[in-house]
Amino acid sequence: MDLSFFVTVFDSSLRLSIPLLAACLAGLWSERSGVVDIGLEGKMLVAAFAAAAAAHAFGSAWIGLLAGIGASVAFALIHGFASISQRGNQIVSGVAINMLAVGLTAIVGNAWYGQGGRTPPLEGAERFGEVFLGHSAPVYIALLAVVVTWFVLGKTRFGLRLRAVGENPAAVDTAGISVTKLRYAAVVICGALCGLAGTYLSVGQSAGFLPNMTAGKGFIALAALIFAKWRAWPALGTCFLFGVLEVAAIRLQGIALPGIGEVPVQAIQALPYLMTVILLAGVIGKAIPPRASGVPYVKER
Amino acid sequence: MSAPIDLPKWVDTALVPAVSVVAAFLVAGLVVVGIGENPLTATRLLIQGSLGTGEGLGFTLFYTTNFIFTGLAVAVAYHAGLFNIGAEGQATLAGLGAALVLLNLGFLPGFLLIPLGILGAAAFGALWAAIPGYLQAKRGSHIVITTIMFNWLASVLIVYLLVNVLREPTNMNPETPAFPVQSQIPFMHDVFAAFGIEIAPSQLNLTFVLALAAAYGIWLLIYRSRLGYAIRTIGFNPLAAVYAGISPARVTVIAMILSGALAGGLAVNELMGYQHRLLLEFTSGYGFVGIAVALMGRAHPLGIILASLLFGILYQGGAELAFEQPAITRDMVVVIGGIIILFAGALEGLFRRVVARMLTPALKQVRA
Repeated sequence: MDLSFFVTVFDSSLRLSIPLLAACLAGLWSERSGVVDIGLEGKMLVAAFAAAAAAHAFGSAWIGLLAGIGASVAFALIHGFASISQRGNQIVSGVAINMLAVGLTAIVGNAWYGQGGRTPPLEGAERFGEVFLGHSAPVYIALLAVVVTWFVLGKTRFGLRLRAVGENPAAVDTAGISVTKLRYAAVVICGALCGLAGTYLSVGQSAGFLPNMTAGKGFIALAALIFAKWRAWPALGTCFLFGVLEVAAIRLQGIALPGIGEVPVQAIQALPYLMTVILLAGVIGKAIPPRASGVPYVKER
Repeated sequence: MSAPIDLPKWVDTALVPAVSVVAAFLVAGLVVVGIGENPLTATRLLIQGSLGTGEGLGFTLFYTTNFIFTGLAVAVAYHAGLFNIGAEGQATLAGLGAALVLLNLGFLPGFLLIPLGILGAAAFGALWAAIPGYLQAKRGSHIVITTIMFNWLASVLIVYLLVNVLREPTNMNPETPAFPVQSQIPFMHDVFAAFGIEIAPSQLNLTFVLALAAAYGIWLLIYRSRLGYAIRTIGFNPLAAVYAGISPARVTVIAMILSGALAGGLAVNELMGYQHRLLLEFTSGYGFVGIAVALMGRAHPLGIILASLLFGILYQGGAELAFEQPAITRDMVVVIGGIIILFAGALEGLFRRVVARMLTPALKQVRA
């Protein structure tokens, strides 16, 4: 157990935590404005597909990122239209987004490339290469997003208003500020960050899109969001912790720990879900969501 | 714009859902056009494959059975104002329950073993739903989040058990040994053959009858019983329910227990009726499509049976279609399910207003 071991573990944990982190921040923006989003998973998936397809077509990872963000924002706007303009059920809309994403990426991928839903493998400039300390650009964009989220939500007028909309929209409305505009702004930011998360999966971490490649990461991000109690820095910490768990699950396979014996991979994989359930049950601490989250705003009421 | 719109009952229960489903199919048709196929040919192939042959019809009704169970599961919770996204995980656990009973009590005769297996499935499904129900009722944890987490916990748990505990050492696949022969729920073609009637063989088994019975039972329970009244009151106005002496916590847990037990029907049909062993991922998304079924069927058992039949047709027809037009895979069903959930669920208000606007002149005439 020398230093290089810890560096390797740190590096791979960081790498695995980036999609979680970007998606978690995405959820943070949306839910802080009062729009519950269980469609993070679906938006990541469409972004991953669009990014891989565009990166392949144009030979550039950055164009892939743009396409990924574009696709994800489009889906975020569907969710916004249903939950803000039409005051529909936000959970139902989120479920719909997730299902649409799974089905559409599989069908379109199959129709375009005929490889069982995969995109062709990406190479060279079609992928994000290492730029600094062995990590690629999206890693640093995601880390920067933590600082920006913390600063904008906590220290600016826009951020204060946005948080107020998630707690007491009527008060914001009375002050003459548009609840609708603020919530749409939050939903678009949420879409962009999900786009970053999905793009990193298919164009950064892997070399191409695989059907259903998000494999529940959007839901772990949701768990991380609850665990971080809807705050930016704790979100970074939680996502990194979940990244460490993922690395541990891979590394501990078939290794007997002294005193404990062999830990089943599934036990480690279950931890994020289990921890969230326990936290929500209020056994250790209490996670209280923004007060108006999930409630459509009706002006006249 | 937010003033309530009064519409006749038949408009709300039949016309609005019908319009949103038609719109969903039009959008799905656009997707088919988008990938360069002909939606009309696709529809013809789809209907031919699902209803055109006896065999196709059998498979259609087999899938319908799955959708009736998951649709009812979502609907019962929905009546109590609860969003159960966990049918997938509850059915997974139900499969485990059935397998544990059938593999350990193999010495019993079939007429005892089959009901016990079904009870095992229902009990495990109910348990996996009761915990989120309890946490919502007593600890205030949001049921949507907990049931999502329980889906993932179920899938992790079942992988562990099948790989490490329940698998036969000689078998490379993560699956249990075959269930005892007498525990297999008879196939419909065998039942008919016993009466001297020959029908095309398919996966359709007697669980279909159980599903119809469950739908009738749930109708009685929800609309004709005291408990059903309590469930609907909680869903409509929890505060009023408290004043009426109904305990929201108790009814929440009961509704979730019923919901989970119904989700267990999916395991009964798939495992006891067809696969005859417990294996990974047998729930394959039926739990999520169940949400579409429940929304489309307006959480009413009759509506759910019709919606299930529609999805059964899509599922079986989609499989046949994939042979003829390889670009249109079964994923199309997931897309259609997603659009229906969006249109009939999240955008229901929009469709209601559109229908109301179109009907206003006609309704005025009728009233005048």
